Amino acid sequence: MQREYLIAVEEFCACHDIEISFVNSLQQTGLIETTTIEGGWYIDAGQLQQLEKYIRFYYELDINLEGIESITHLLQRVNAMQEEITALKNRLRLYESDISNK
Amino acid sequence: MDFVDYYKILGIDKSATSKEIKAAYRKMARKVHPDLNPNDKDAKRNFQQINEANEVLSDPEKRKKYDQYGKDWQHADEFEKQKQYQGQSAGSRGSRYSGEPSGGDFSDFFESMFGGSGGGRGRQAKYRGEDFNAELHLNLIEAYETHQQTLTVNGKKIRITIPAGIENGQIIKIPGHGGPGVNGGPNGDLYIEFSIANHPVFKRLGNNLYATVDLDIYKAVLGGELTVDTLDGQVKLKVKPETQNGSKVKLKGKGFPVYKKEGQFGDLLLTFNIKVPTNLTEKQKELFTELSKS
Repeated sequence: MQREYLIAVEEFCACHDIEISFVNSLQQTGLIETTTIEGGWYIDAGQLQQLEKYIRFYYELDINLEGIESITHLLQRVNAMQEEITALKNRLRLYESDISNK
Repeated sequence: MDFVDYYKILGIDKSATSKEIKAAYRKMARKVHPDLNPNDKDAKRNFQQINEANEVLSDPEKRKKYDQYGKDWQHADEFEKQKQYQGQSAGSRGSRYSGEPSGGDFSDFFESMFGGSGGGRGRQAKYRGEDFNAELHLNLIEAYETHQQTLTVNGKKIRITIPAGIENGQIIKIPGHGGPGVNGGPNGDLYIEFSIANHPVFKRLGNNLYATVDLDIYKAVLGGELTVDTLDGQVKLKVKPETQNGSKVKLKGKGFPVYKKEGQFGDLLLTFNIKVPTNLTEKQKELFTELSKS
């Protein structure tokens, strides 16, 4: 993992005014992955968006970690279903246009 | 500019206590928060409404002013000229959504009554900018080739490259082209959803294309050569003798380009539609009659 894509957890928490223990809890539940390099604790930039979403869940909506885990799981299912719906809609278009041509 | 009933938005009574307001806000926020409603285009607007209602009703001074002037809010400024409502939030944490502290995109009603966005939390935290969503309509021919398009998103022109093979309903992310970050935070992203119109001849399913070609009865019976259209130009096709109506032939590699895989294409599947001749001459009818007896 390249260091330039890593953000120090401490710095991130200071920026967002959140407790480091919150990031630690997310990491322990497997919701995010962190990296330790030479004693420094980092998070990959690619996970920032997800992490910021968890922060909103926790601090804005008062959802605890168990709730965040459940929501994340359900949102993944919603996304998968949404993709399936899009694929099915595209498949349906094939037949719909056949019918309208007749 | 219409009067906004903040009590109605939060579903509470005018006599609601601050505890009840907080509870109603939390309940509504959990219901309409854009993070929890990723495919709901109205989620952001709904969330901003309840956020605005909370901003006013959870702040005793703002609530007092709101209650006092209510529907006559347009005259409020005459009485309140001396008052400045900045930085007096009653400790409400506000919204982090869309990268802005609470009050990011409040209604004209709010701006007029309280003079600008809501009171902050007194912090200078960095916030990522708002994500923008856009829809781009293409036709099948445009989606067939990698090309560039210039979009105007929130007044800014953005030139993007659309790779060949993009699918209907596919969403691509353009990083950093969303709303600007706050207090030095990064910009949001732009999400573009593609809507690809049906083509009158070619139907697409994944990377394969489907089309129907007319074939005269003589060529269907005796076989021969046929020139057919593809999105890549015309190709000559050998028709086998005794080809049946509805039979299919596959032209490998003549379908749709595979997204982000240069040089790879799906197939074109042609279905033969055998045309029976009309307006037959007497001689032709005789020949068909003879054929039917053989």
